[in-house]
Amino acid sequence: MPVTGTVKGFAVTFRHLFRKPVTQQYPEYKRPVYPRFRGRHRLHRHENGLEKCVGCSLCAAACPADCIRVVAAENTEEERYSPGERYARIYEINMSRCIFCGYCELACPFDAITLGHDYELAEMSREAMVYGKDMLLEPMHPSRTTPVAPVDPFDVVEPAGDGGPA
Amino acid sequence: MPDGFIVTLIKSLILANLVMGVFAILTWAERRMLGRFQVRLGPNRVGPFGLLQPIADLVKLIRKESLLPIGVNPVLYLAAPMVSLFASLAVFAVIPFGGQATIPGTDFQIFLWISDPSVALLVVFALGSLSFYGFLVGGWSSSSKYSLLGSMRAVSQLISYEVSLALAVIGVVMMSHTLSLTGIVEAQHRDGLPYIIPQFLGFAVYVVASTAETNRIPFDLPEAEGELVAGYHTEYGGMRFAMFQNAEYVALIAFSAIASVLFLGGYGWPWLPGPIWMLLEMSIFIFVAMWLRATLPRVRYDKLMSIGWKVLLPAATLNLLVTSVIVAWRA
Repeated sequence: MPVTGTVKGFAVTFRHLFRKPVTQQYPEYKRPVYPRFRGRHRLHRHENGLEKCVGCSLCAAACPADCIRVVAAENTEEERYSPGERYARIYEINMSRCIFCGYCELACPFDAITLGHDYELAEMSREAMVYGKDMLLEPMHPSRTTPVAPVDPFDVVEPAGDGGPA
Repeated sequence: MPDGFIVTLIKSLILANLVMGVFAILTWAERRMLGRFQVRLGPNRVGPFGLLQPIADLVKLIRKESLLPIGVNPVLYLAAPMVSLFASLAVFAVIPFGGQATIPGTDFQIFLWISDPSVALLVVFALGSLSFYGFLVGGWSSSSKYSLLGSMRAVSQLISYEVSLALAVIGVVMMSHTLSLTGIVEAQHRDGLPYIIPQFLGFAVYVVASTAETNRIPFDLPEAEGELVAGYHTEYGGMRFAMFQNAEYVALIAFSAIASVLFLGGYGWPWLPGPIWMLLEMSIFIFVAMWLRATLPRVRYDKLMSIGWKVLLPAATLNLLVTSVIVAWRA
């Protein structure tokens, strides 16, 4: 009978009225991202504080969106930024063009750039979307961090101690 | 003895503003309720529990440019939302919210209705149909195919369901021997039972038909967004759109009030003041309207017509026949 089906439907919606809403209230509650989530880039430092990046531009060459610009300069004894001969004097990523593919991370011979977990990348102007070293280089600004889920059971667990990106 | 002109004017102002306030709360309440029906929260950002959301919406709508699309008939286009809103609001002139009351602190007696004509029910139906002129004219003058189709649907829906609605109500009129809404309330309490029990079929037909009359899901075909963008108010924006929306909600409140008066005994129950009873009964109907919206999908257009003519009209006629036989038997 069509009537019983309709009544069942009303019962279903009425039961739902008393269920706890599943809404996650975003600005207050930030859902943890997966450990391998590809978010905003980070430029890492060695333990002694020197930058890992040596300005080789392989990331810029690998970038399919062509959004990375690297201008290298020579290190001097007075001003030393990285252990090698050269360092990235300008390192810019245009965040409005980046597709977060992670090829820059793969291309980097020194594991200097990795994709972090931050996804709140709104800015007030296009110019501000071009992130320079001030935005990318560690230590990161404390307000721009995203919680990370402990371990995702469907994700591949990285083998310990392989010296991979932190 | 009716109240004087000044008192009636003051009462009208208060009631109109109250209805507007209820409309504002209802837009919030409906979104919250639908949210809970769909296991989400609904608007909760503006103010405590999102209660200031209607004000935020109002500010947004009021600041919108009041544009006139190319090809519209300006007079009709501007008048249509006003006609709808006026007709919906004017229904409240005859709805009784209580009997005689004394203003606290004085011995000044007033009636808790604005007017009590002996043909109140006819006035309600006349004004209820009048608000469809706003929909028709608004859709017609917009020079848009979606608006036109929406308004055509609105009118054909009105014609199909108004018949059943009126027939369903005639059963109540026959039992109470009066068209006056206060008379119907008194008759129910004289008989000792609300007309929902002897007139259950009529009540069911009334609820279905009034859902269609107020353009609510599952009968919201005049503004079916899936196929008609927004139906008859496609070309309206800002406060004019808000007035159409307002008219629909006010019509919902009005039809709930009429249903409370006709079938649930209105304000006449003991223990609580009359207006509180009315409010409780009306909120049941408004809740049911929201429940319907959360549960049922929009009916297909030919189904709408066949429900109206092949189910509701025979049911209302049957109800009318049985009632008339019983009333004649007892007389």
